[in-house]
Amino acid sequence: MEELNSLMGGFAQTMTWFNIALMFGGIILGILVGVLPGLGGANAIAILVPLTFGMAQQPGGQVSAIILLSCIYWGALFGGAIASILFNIPGEPWSVATTFDGYPMSQQGRTGEALTAAFTSSFVGAAVGVMLITFVSPIIAKFALKFGPAEYFAVYFLTFAAFIGMAKGNPFKTVVAMMLGFALAAVGTDTVTGTIRLTFGITEMLKGFDFLIAVIGLFGIGEILQTMEEGLAIKGAEGKLRFQVVWETWKKLPAYWLTTIRSSVVGCLMGIVPGGATPASFMAYGLAQRFSKNSAGFRKGEMEGVVAPETAAHAAGTSALIPMLTLGVPGSPTAAVLLGALLIWGLQPGPLLFVEQKEFVWGLIASMYLGNIVGLIVVLTTVPWFAMILRIPFSIIGPIIIVICAIGAYTVHSSMLDVWMMLIFGVIGYVFKKLDYPLAPLVLALVLGDRAEENFRNAIKGSQGNLSAFFSSGIAATLTTLGIALMVWPIISKFFSKKG
Amino acid sequence: MSQDQEQHEQEGPSAVSNRTMEMSVAAITFVLGAMVIYDSLRIGSGWGEEGPKAGYFPFYVGLLICLASVANFVKGMGDKSGDSFVSRSQARDVLKVLLPMFVYVFFIKFLGLYLASAIYIACFMRWVGKYSWGKVVTVSVGVTVGFFLVFDTWFKVPIIKGPLEALLGLN
Repeated sequence: MEELNSLMGGFAQTMTWFNIALMFGGIILGILVGVLPGLGGANAIAILVPLTFGMAQQPGGQVSAIILLSCIYWGALFGGAIASILFNIPGEPWSVATTFDGYPMSQQGRTGEALTAAFTSSFVGAAVGVMLITFVSPIIAKFALKFGPAEYFAVYFLTFAAFIGMAKGNPFKTVVAMMLGFALAAVGTDTVTGTIRLTFGITEMLKGFDFLIAVIGLFGIGEILQTMEEGLAIKGAEGKLRFQVVWETWKKLPAYWLTTIRSSVVGCLMGIVPGGATPASFMAYGLAQRFSKNSAGFRKGEMEGVVAPETAAHAAGTSALIPMLTLGVPGSPTAAVLLGALLIWGLQPGPLLFVEQKEFVWGLIASMYLGNIVGLIVVLTTVPWFAMILRIPFSIIGPIIIVICAIGAYTVHSSMLDVWMMLIFGVIGYVFKKLDYPLAPLVLALVLGDRAEENFRNAIKGSQGNLSAFFSSGIAATLTTLGIALMVWPIISKFFSKKG
Repeated sequence: MSQDQEQHEQEGPSAVSNRTMEMSVAAITFVLGAMVIYDSLRIGSGWGEEGPKAGYFPFYVGLLICLASVANFVKGMGDKSGDSFVSRSQARDVLKVLLPMFVYVFFIKFLGLYLASAIYIACFMRWVGKYSWGKVVTVSVGVTVGFFLVFDTWFKVPIIKGPLEALLGLN
């Protein structure tokens, strides 16, 4: 029960007025960005990272800083459901499945019920995920302490192979997006030999590409352009929530206990795999529909159809932090930005974090419990205001979001070039999204590129350039084989489906 | 939702087809991949005294970009659906946001970020949203002052300033 002791220590550290205030602030900001177009969790955190530089340098400040950023993450997860249910606009990709029954419910005047069901399920899903983090991550971290460069590269390989294997569309597009991320990460000074590469004689390229700029451009500006194209009119229900409705809904929810457990399991398992939250929400929805007594009511406003995807998405969103904390491999763009923030503050995510930065890790985990409770309270009490913000016409909110992105890009290095880069990444993001080039692997490769390359080079250095290095130990061989299997999976499944 | 989308997609003639875009993007990524390969070969993509040289890893990255781009190009060429990438009216809407954005970023250097932002928000509201001047001024000035208080006063992050701040003695 060493974990429980550490967790209690974490709670003691987290429970200061300053940190609780940061939680409320982070959650409110997170819901806001989850609701607004162009400001998802990933890029809101990217914009705020430069503002945490100062905070993280004070004693205990790193915990406060991560509380602020991770609460934005939780808030964005909650916020996605609001726009889905009230306006049929999924604020985040994993809220798409929530629109299936959430929006019909709200059309039938059951908005309060739908919102309560969504928020409560989110909370339960996240709680299961946090418990998993508490008890599983120390074990993984201990195990990973034995990892050498070959094992690490194998983990990276598995992560990226999963993106290719699980890609819904054309896997070659995933490869291009991912490799562009690696190429961008390689620009500048080579971290191993100090050689200057891929700058093509341009001095400004020496410092390389910053992933924060890429995230703000790809997700922020790209999404604004897409929103503009899709038209600006927003129509939808009022976001009123009375306590009586909340109470009535809470009494109904325990009936869906089996769906909740099933969705939590699906979410936790999928969350550990990169890019898992969105497929998890769809999978949980599909399973709920198949096993429900009211299958016929699905897509027409069945509460179970809100419970399932929300539980799974939050369980996945939370357990996505396990590989990030224990191995230094983020499972989603948002987790990647959080990881980048840790690196900027001078922390090394990975198994050593659990040994050397015990206080930080357990402070973060404790804040996840508190953050989600705060999130549930905030979201239940403030829904009407966020519904009102959603109603602000795009011709007002659009330019304001663009200004926020510009400020965010500028503050990273106080450089105008970064703001220009942000615009270029914005155009790339818009075109890539429309042509189904996935952005998540690009961002992950950009964040992990240097570390992946370093481990790759160290591993093959030992074996004199022989790729057998990645099969030299049991762990490395298993991970590499699993990665290869995942990568060729689309080919195999295509082959069989053609035959069948 | 799908019905709305279909209706929207049928709005007016196409500005550029999906096929053209797929092929162009694949061609561009191929060129980028080739550039990566070229530079990797220049700095050495083989084996040095200290193990793999700086170009070793990027070489394969570039190679994969090129190979996958070829696959995407061929796949794009085979697209016979005739789908539109963007209709003319949609393209106009997107450019309405994109072009002013470039103008805005261009002027940040001369006006400072805050003044440029206020003017940008005001122009956007007036031009796209057709709001009354009263609302335009209230929102654009209010929001910018709010940003100034948050970033400059509270977080103390250095942000590019211009003649207005100098005039008001806020530098």
